[in-house]
Amino acid sequence: MSGPIVAQLGGAPGITVLRNKDLLGIADLTTDEISLILDTAEAMQEIGSRDVKKVPALRGKTIVNLFFEPSTRTRTSFEIAEKRLSADTLNIASTSSSATKGETLADTALNLEAMRPDMIVLRHASSGACHLLSRLCHAGIINAGDGMHEHPTQALLDAFTIREQKKRLADLKVTIVGDLLHSRVLRSNVHLLTRMGAEVWVCGPPTLMPTEITRFGVRATSSIDDAVADADVIMLLRIQLERMQGTLFPSLREYFNVFGMTEARLRLAKPDVMIMHPGPINRGVEIASEVADGPYSVILEQVANGVAIRMAVLYLLAGGPAHETAA
Amino acid sequence: MSVIMDEDRIARTLTRISHEIVERNRGVEDLALVGVRTRGVHLSVRLARILKEITGQDVPNGALDITLYRDDLMRQVVGPQPLVRRTEIPFSIDDRKILLVDDVLYTGRTTRAALDALIDFGRPLAIQLVVLVDRGHRELPIKADYVGKNLPTSAKGSVQVCLRESDDRDEVILREGDAA
Amino acid sequence: MKRLLRGGRVVDPVNGIDGVQDLLLDGDRIAAVGRDLPVDGSTVVDIPQGVVVCPGLIDMHVHLREPGQEHKETVATGVASAVAGGFTAVACMPNTIPVNDNANVTSLILTKAVAANLARVYPIGAVSRASKGELLADIAELKEAGCVAITDDGHPVATALLLRRAMEYAGMFGMPVIEHCEDDSLKGDGVAHEGYHAAALGLRGIPGACEALGVERGVLLSELTGSAFHVAHMSARASLRAVRRGKEAGIRVTCEVAPHHFTLTDEMLASPMSYDTNTKMNPPLREAEDRDAMLSGIADGSVDAIATDHAPHHYDEKNVEFDKAPFGIVGLETAVSLSLDRLVHAGVIRLPRLIELLSVNPARILGVSGGSLSVGAPADVTVLAPELSVRIEADQLRSRSKNTPFNGWQLRGGVAATFVGGRLVYVNADAGLSV
Repeated sequence: MSGPIVAQLGGAPGITVLRNKDLLGIADLTTDEISLILDTAEAMQEIGSRDVKKVPALRGKTIVNLFFEPSTRTRTSFEIAEKRLSADTLNIASTSSSATKGETLADTALNLEAMRPDMIVLRHASSGACHLLSRLCHAGIINAGDGMHEHPTQALLDAFTIREQKKRLADLKVTIVGDLLHSRVLRSNVHLLTRMGAEVWVCGPPTLMPTEITRFGVRATSSIDDAVADADVIMLLRIQLERMQGTLFPSLREYFNVFGMTEARLRLAKPDVMIMHPGPINRGVEIASEVADGPYSVILEQVANGVAIRMAVLYLLAGGPAHETAA
Repeated sequence: MSVIMDEDRIARTLTRISHEIVERNRGVEDLALVGVRTRGVHLSVRLARILKEITGQDVPNGALDITLYRDDLMRQVVGPQPLVRRTEIPFSIDDRKILLVDDVLYTGRTTRAALDALIDFGRPLAIQLVVLVDRGHRELPIKADYVGKNLPTSAKGSVQVCLRESDDRDEVILREGDAA
Repeated sequence: MKRLLRGGRVVDPVNGIDGVQDLLLDGDRIAAVGRDLPVDGSTVVDIPQGVVVCPGLIDMHVHLREPGQEHKETVATGVASAVAGGFTAVACMPNTIPVNDNANVTSLILTKAVAANLARVYPIGAVSRASKGELLADIAELKEAGCVAITDDGHPVATALLLRRAMEYAGMFGMPVIEHCEDDSLKGDGVAHEGYHAAALGLRGIPGACEALGVERGVLLSELTGSAFHVAHMSARASLRAVRRGKEAGIRVTCEVAPHHFTLTDEMLASPMSYDTNTKMNPPLREAEDRDAMLSGIADGSVDAIATDHAPHHYDEKNVEFDKAPFGIVGLETAVSLSLDRLVHAGVIRLPRLIELLSVNPARILGVSGGSLSVGAPADVTVLAPELSVRIEADQLRSRSKNTPFNGWQLRGGVAATFVGGRLVYVNADAGLSV
């Protein structure tokens, strides 16, 4: 009778706070911190099922969503998360900001800082932009995607989605296929999954593979069949059309033929395989429509879980006394 | 440090409280238990069991996590921060009399947070507060409806409730002085 | 005025001297070198034991930024930085605004240098008009105006054909062509060395092969034309391989390495600070094997010179996202300490070899005076304190810009004093020299 109320998925981690004021990347998180975020997200998930989807945890906190790259999905996900925690949100999109008047990121940051926001969620086209902001601002910085570097909340929601269904991350075969070279989602996922004990395979043409990729603790192959054989999870990454012009591969058609996730390839994986994609999907390029819409796809669950994960991250960074902004 | 209540005493106290609940509410119709995590949940589960023995009826049971409802003063407590856990109230609280269950009533701030949380869940007919120990030193105008034991304490002292579901025994311990 | 530098360890490889001797400067010339020289009315400077007296150091790759970018550096601030770094002469690159492709710009630079009256300045002219890589610049005019070499530094000479022509033409005047070796298409949008660290940080990479391709091209054209070809700021082991093969075949190729390429690796992209734009330069900091290859080239003689590629940038220009920051770091005031600490004290080379790298060879390659303490030579002398404890403080640099990754480094060895044309132009108060 006490079962569902008292039982806790994942067990209690050894810690209850994050060490840093920012979330710049998975590379900076310990396994305990990753578990803490995932466990906290579970509690946050429940809030989304209530009638009144709001808790006062971040009441009075100001959070700025500073997005230099267009994004509907990630930005609205953060915004919903912030509002559910009762924070005051401010959305600044690059086209309307002074960036178009030539203001540097450093100056934008200092101007914002003068208004004392508690947290800044930054998405930017340059790798390392969040590190720069973190050095200049007292506010906690959450990386919503910086160039080709990391997209930590995406990897966290991916892990959360996997854990929800598979009840663990360790010893799962997770295969990631696509434009590995330019993908920040790849780097974050590789850090997180290898750290949590998964067996990670990456697959793509050599032209789309980062240098020394195996040094990140993954198996790398250009054979899609080897990559998906007995996979528990298959993650597809978006192929950008512009890369074709960069002579990285000859055509979308060829990419789909060699690497596209089709129903036939799906059958090589485990019978309960999960198909994931950070979105937006290119139907017929990295993934066949039937697979995207099929029963193995958890693409929409990923989106839903994004809000819970972002609530967890926001709460852990902004919600406690350990992170009252200094001076 | 001294043991204020042992296993036997706790059990009899919960039985006594259960009877009080039945008497005051003239039965368990429209009642629901909501325990405040974590030990309040263990207590509410035990109360549900005793109420079933007494009345033969099931009283719905839920678990409330108030971490996200703490006020500033509670957030500044020095010491390990609590982990946020799931709230699970698998029934509608509308038009019910909610028995809010917690282990220790002290400043009243936890109860205030719990009331805020419950109001977000719906419109209960009434909320009654059940606590195992009331140690005084209220900072808000909060009063318990059912008290296991009134225990006057000094501000420096601490009251620790151990329950076998999460600790290894049933015991209420009072520690006077500075050491925790 | 006569000045007697007494009792120092005189290191003059050209004349085969390495030992405790006295050096007499008379006016702007070296008058005598020997043991126990008579004082005879000279001002005596007693050199503490262990302190080294050597021919003035020459940095053959410096960006003085004037004309056009005086907010970063001027000729005046640049030569002040140079003498503080122990350099009695610098050769300055033509990628100014406007480009030094004509006598007017060359004269302006020389006029400013004379006015500053500190280190000598040897301008290097452009290979092509405005360094656009289309037409040859007026190379004879540049030579006449005072240029000692030509380069389109900042990028490679646009085509093999143009490089060939430049070599043939400049060869007429005995001027070397100095090349920023790189393949444009391989470099692309790269901002860091193509390797594990750039991949982890999401930075576009520049492979070592990109530089080596440029080196191979130059070596082959040097063989074809018989002209002198000098590889600027070499960083990759594949480049060194190409230089070694060229030298073995008797081709007139020389090369230089900057201190950051024999001390740092691409690990610095991530730590101590991630995305520190003071670790961004072109060619980039490479992996350990490349750094070690540079050290081995320095040790076995394949590397001819150490040159800093001193590239000042204003703080605001560097305080931006990594991929937007300009390439380059300052180097004039850190080169000597890094070389003494990481080459001599580390046992990679001995002191006379260091003097070859920093003085003898640069003078020879550029065809300018200096590089020795021969009697009658200009009195350009550097006094080095190999045991001096030096802490690099970016905000104390005399350069107008402070973009260095070495801030806070504790090093063993530094500059005690610098003499140009017999005049004392710099003395280090911490070195204990009584001048």
